[in-house]
Amino acid sequence: MSTVTAEHQWTIDEPSGRAGLRQAVSAEWTKFWSVRSTSWSLIALLLATIGLGILSTHALSTGPATIDPIRRIFVGFNLGQFAIGVLGVLYISAEYGTGQIRSTLSVMPRRSVVVGAKAIVMGGVGLVVGEVLSFVTFFVGDAVLSGSASHVAFGAPGVLRVLIESGLYLALLGLIGLGIATILHNSAGSIATFAGAVLVLTLLVSAMPTFIIHAVSRFLPANIGQTVFALSAPPRFATIPVFSPLTGLIVLAVYAVVLLAAGSFLMSRRDT
Amino acid sequence: MIEARGLSKRFGDVLAVDDLTFDVQPGRVTGFLGPNGSGKSTTMAMIMGLDHATSGSVKILGKQYHELRWPLREVGALLEARAIHPGRSARSHLWSLAQYNSIPKTRVDEVLDRVGLIDVANKRVGKFSLGMGQRLGIAAALLGDPAVVLLDEPVNGLDPEGIRWTRTLCKSLAAEGRTVFLSSHLMAEMALTADQLVVIGKGRLIAEMPVAEFVAHSTGNSYRVRVSSPEALMTVLEGANGEVVLSADGSLLVSGLDAKTIGDLALSLGVAVYELTAQASLEDAFMEMTGSSVEYRGVS
Repeated sequence: MSTVTAEHQWTIDEPSGRAGLRQAVSAEWTKFWSVRSTSWSLIALLLATIGLGILSTHALSTGPATIDPIRRIFVGFNLGQFAIGVLGVLYISAEYGTGQIRSTLSVMPRRSVVVGAKAIVMGGVGLVVGEVLSFVTFFVGDAVLSGSASHVAFGAPGVLRVLIESGLYLALLGLIGLGIATILHNSAGSIATFAGAVLVLTLLVSAMPTFIIHAVSRFLPANIGQTVFALSAPPRFATIPVFSPLTGLIVLAVYAVVLLAAGSFLMSRRDT
Repeated sequence: MIEARGLSKRFGDVLAVDDLTFDVQPGRVTGFLGPNGSGKSTTMAMIMGLDHATSGSVKILGKQYHELRWPLREVGALLEARAIHPGRSARSHLWSLAQYNSIPKTRVDEVLDRVGLIDVANKRVGKFSLGMGQRLGIAAALLGDPAVVLLDEPVNGLDPEGIRWTRTLCKSLAAEGRTVFLSSHLMAEMALTADQLVVIGKGRLIAEMPVAEFVAHSTGNSYRVRVSSPEALMTVLEGANGEVVLSADGSLLVSGLDAKTIGDLALSLGVAVYELTAQASLEDAFMEMTGSSVEYRGVS
């Protein structure tokens, strides 16, 4: 048997303090950009929002004036929200699917720090991408409409509000996707749940008795989105109570925070 | 160092780890030995804070895992082969782990070089062979220059050269004063690598002793002896209270006497000794110890 030698002189000095959110955010930033699914999802997001916006506005460019051309320009956001949701889901579900999460938790055992760092990266990227996308979508769509009766000026009342809040909406949906997957861990189940919450639930509720529609509709993410990326609420909301765009976004932020907090709590309770 | 105290883990009706108490000391290689399914990986996961103990506790460097200030600088672990996203390059994977603990980027290439993966640093991990994956896991364990190294079945999937490399690495890590704890279901490999053994079966502690003692325990009970005149020696050995069986091939199976006595008696008799080998192998001792605790047994 070897004898116990003198204490090893470690070659790396240990810094003071402890590993925390700052380190976790830089590591999660690296992880976010070093898998292919990130660029695929972002390309899908780009094509869906801008492409659909062009297609939808092209028809308008020769016709009579529309009440809310912004809604036509932003029609792609209804699809784009799925791409960013999937991106949010995969950001953590892929770690569970591949076993990577065990490596992650071995270098940062505090679950809340891992979830917090992922939320900061996902929220930050979602916000920047969302804002860039919403401005690009607007200017591209508006270029298609230029000279037509439906043309909207950048400075027209409400336009800037739509541009800023649409980006914010996408960022929040990315966080909701992340939150769902933090709880469910499974990619397919999380994507299905996200799609269910955004699409299926909306259809389901609209087929319900009036009192349910009145009570629930305004809380559904897709309906909040309908008010966010438009100058005015769609006609079908005329008889249904809706949140103002800003209140709607606050509701979505509450969803995201609750889901992420619940996921973080469950992670520290469950075996990995 | 690692201290397990009454560590237990229940999955439904199955008690996967049952009241384990053991210590793992720095400066030597401690082998964690047990058949497949005996609870080694679950114990490792509890040390790492990945699984929660049903009862009991385990401390590493005097702390619970989540209390470590810079986990990767204090504990390096190779978990089951692939705890890695296959879409990332080896370098990105290690760099993200390093960032979590403020470890400089230069260290990533240092460990990649040490495990021989520097030439494939930018290759996606999904394209790696099992052996390369194991080396990458070992690289991750070494990233933070940790005081404690945990390796769960590190030689799985490695070629003979890789196995030897891992053995040498473990010994040198221990010689540097680190605590090295490695699990395996391969007794022979453990006998070559480890100084100390923690043996479990069906989640229960079976033995905790130095390898040398384990070896002494398990050999010397029985010898195969080939000599020029077996019948003559047989009579003498039986006269010395040995139990002797004459095999069909003319060799003797002797128990109850040590090798020295057998050799001396042969010399005094003037017979030539062609072979004098201990029969009980380490594998046999291991099987004997854990035999009643193997959960899934094949029929032969």
